[in-house]
Amino acid sequence: MSFDIPSDTPLGQVVRAPENFVSRSDIALVNRVNDTDRRSFFKKAFAAAAVGTVAASPALAAAAKSDPAILNLPEHSKGLGQPVAARPYGLPSKYEENLQRRESPGLTRVNASSVSFCPLQGLFGVVTPSGLHFERHHQGWWDIDPTQHRLMINGLVKKQMVFTVDELMRMESVSRIHFIECGANSGMEWGNVAVPTVQYTHGMLSCSEFTGVPLIKVLEYCGVDLKKGRFILAEGADGSSMTRTIPMEMVESGEVLLAYGQNGEMLRPENGYPLRLVVPGVQGVSWVKYLRRIEVGDKPYGTKDEAIHYVDLMPDGTHRQYTSIQECKSVITTPSGGQKLLAKGFYNITGLAWSGRGKITGVDVSTDGGKNWKTARLQGPINDKSLTRFNLPWVWDGKSDVLLQSRAVDSTGYVQPAYRALREVRGEKSVYHNNAIQSWRVDAAGEVHNVHVG
Amino acid sequence: MNKFKFEQRFKDLPCRALVAAFLCSFVFGVGTAHSMDGLGKVATPDELKAWDIDVRPDFVGLPKGSGSVEKGMEVWEAQCASCHGVFGESNEVFTPLVGGTTEEDIKAGRVAALKNGSSPQRTTLMKVPTLSTLWDYINRAMPWTAPKTLSTEEVYAVTAYILNMGGLVDDDFTLSDKNMAEVQNKLPNRNGMQTNHGMWLVSGKPDVKEKRCMSNCKPASKITSSLPEYARDSHGNLKDQNRLVGPVRGSVTVADAGQKKSAEPKLSTNSGESLFKANGCVACHAVDQKKLGPSVVAVAQKYADKPDSKDYLAGKIKGGSSGVWGDMPMPAQGHLSDEDLSALSAWFLSKKK
Repeated sequence: MSFDIPSDTPLGQVVRAPENFVSRSDIALVNRVNDTDRRSFFKKAFAAAAVGTVAASPALAAAAKSDPAILNLPEHSKGLGQPVAARPYGLPSKYEENLQRRESPGLTRVNASSVSFCPLQGLFGVVTPSGLHFERHHQGWWDIDPTQHRLMINGLVKKQMVFTVDELMRMESVSRIHFIECGANSGMEWGNVAVPTVQYTHGMLSCSEFTGVPLIKVLEYCGVDLKKGRFILAEGADGSSMTRTIPMEMVESGEVLLAYGQNGEMLRPENGYPLRLVVPGVQGVSWVKYLRRIEVGDKPYGTKDEAIHYVDLMPDGTHRQYTSIQECKSVITTPSGGQKLLAKGFYNITGLAWSGRGKITGVDVSTDGGKNWKTARLQGPINDKSLTRFNLPWVWDGKSDVLLQSRAVDSTGYVQPAYRALREVRGEKSVYHNNAIQSWRVDAAGEVHNVHVG
Repeated sequence: MNKFKFEQRFKDLPCRALVAAFLCSFVFGVGTAHSMDGLGKVATPDELKAWDIDVRPDFVGLPKGSGSVEKGMEVWEAQCASCHGVFGESNEVFTPLVGGTTEEDIKAGRVAALKNGSSPQRTTLMKVPTLSTLWDYINRAMPWTAPKTLSTEEVYAVTAYILNMGGLVDDDFTLSDKNMAEVQNKLPNRNGMQTNHGMWLVSGKPDVKEKRCMSNCKPASKITSSLPEYARDSHGNLKDQNRLVGPVRGSVTVADAGQKKSAEPKLSTNSGESLFKANGCVACHAVDQKKLGPSVVAVAQKYADKPDSKDYLAGKIKGGSSGVWGDMPMPAQGHLSDEDLSALSAWFLSKKK
């Protein structure tokens, strides 16, 4: 028998005593461990177990020892803590620093026109903390003085007008929870497995409560010509002056917002402070940041990001232009690629589902690579064009043939497809708008790997 | 009907408040007043001119003017080549602009390489279906570190030069608002776009339709793709990218993880470094590896021990430079103040190993 404290066992994680006794070599191994306070606990425990008479069962052996985390009162129980407003703008615990937005090495060559990915592997519920919201900048980000920012409405309106941020914030506002996903999310994975974790496979995805004014209200106020004006052009104030065409149908639905608020505070600079367009269900590039102008027109605009980029290459060599909708999709976030299960036994499989065409009505989870499925429990709130959290209890038996998948269904009845179905239509090079089912393989050691399955 | 006559007609009614209410709703209803009246102001012609810069595929919005291929080459070499390469072919910073198209493509308006995969990359000229797109984007967003600084003539000229590099127009060509439509008919991928798909509108029809099968849906699964072992550490140590508590830990993917933490995106307080990042230097330079230009460390190694190295370097940054590290010229950074130049060059030199 051998026993080993895995090299990656975090301090404070209780490792179960393996069997009735510990061998000499194991004691030697335990003794080699650096003698920190917590580890010395393990050392003493195992040394004690080695001395002759031994507890009858491993569980008892572990249980019989009292936990020093309880016996030795920690400093925070015996001293005076920090005063109020020590940090006037609160920060996460220092123990949470592993969860950060990160770049995917080698994805882009210029970091002012790049992406940082949201750490989905560690998030709960559906709302993304603003500081972890994914970033996509086309020519760097700015922190813009809101008192100098303006929104111009021009084109097919009776009155071409200019609004200050003050004026927009005086108008009647709404707050709605919506997901935003880059059209290139999961694009690296289209051909084959390219990245290890859900942060990089799906992390160009975030969800916030946005506050602002429905664009249609402001257009109507300007006397918009809805008969001729069937398109809008949205334009940013940054160096790239990002532009995208949006069909007027979306604006008329009342869903498109001139947003200044995000999760109860103003937008973060990286997300377009002080004003961005919110276009629910549509890929992030249309949610123009630092929004400075809306033009109403009678034709689409063929801008750079709808004529050269964000176009989907089809097998016949044509590109689909103006692809915008983020179709129904889901992913398991725990357990997911690059994670390791602590031990066999109970787990809550959990993940996110969303659809650009409506609400999530169901999510199924498979542990055998898509042969058999169980319906997961949807956790509220379930909002239109929003992330929806799902959960499914699961007991890992320690075996290595586990292939985890999730499959979402939306309110139009659309079922999230497998790669095979998408590739049959779109071929091998489509890249954008990849909403295929994601697979995670769990190996015998409990390590989870990103895989594609056939 | 004007308001005065309306009031006259109803002045004898007993309840004037009612009249007022009626009048109010009447006026509101025909749109001559709005509850938000007073918010916003009418845009002036100058304001519209300053911001309404977009150019549509039908050339609505295109300013009058022209620019020659020859002039375009001048502008290109001074302001564009450092990122895009002398012939628009560079892959160092951005995806190449030019390449992958043929005479046949120009005739057909379809780029064959998009179907047969004969080009390793999809260049701009392989994809762009509308000439307005090039003009509009160069005008609004180029050059990279100083967008919206090109004159109308320079935008025409640079557009002409790109077309020239792609073999669409001759060396003595001048592009203007008069011949844009004509040149549009030479774009190699002008017939290469389709909008026949269900992904523009929420109500669109999806291109795949799967069934919600629940049991025995397929034979046992085979793994068709996984990350090769050598790529295990491609994204750093995953242990450091997962929480310290919870049902899982991150996998250890970097062996000597105890010593080496994966790169943390932290903002520096070092003003030299923040200047380096804020001024687009990173488009061409990295701290310890060669990109389009030399690494910061290499620059430091070369100059740090020389007298007046700080001033020398500040001068090179301010005035631009060429021929020292290779063929690729470094554009002048004249917008930097002397303090910034000094901080930046001091930071460069501090990277000597």
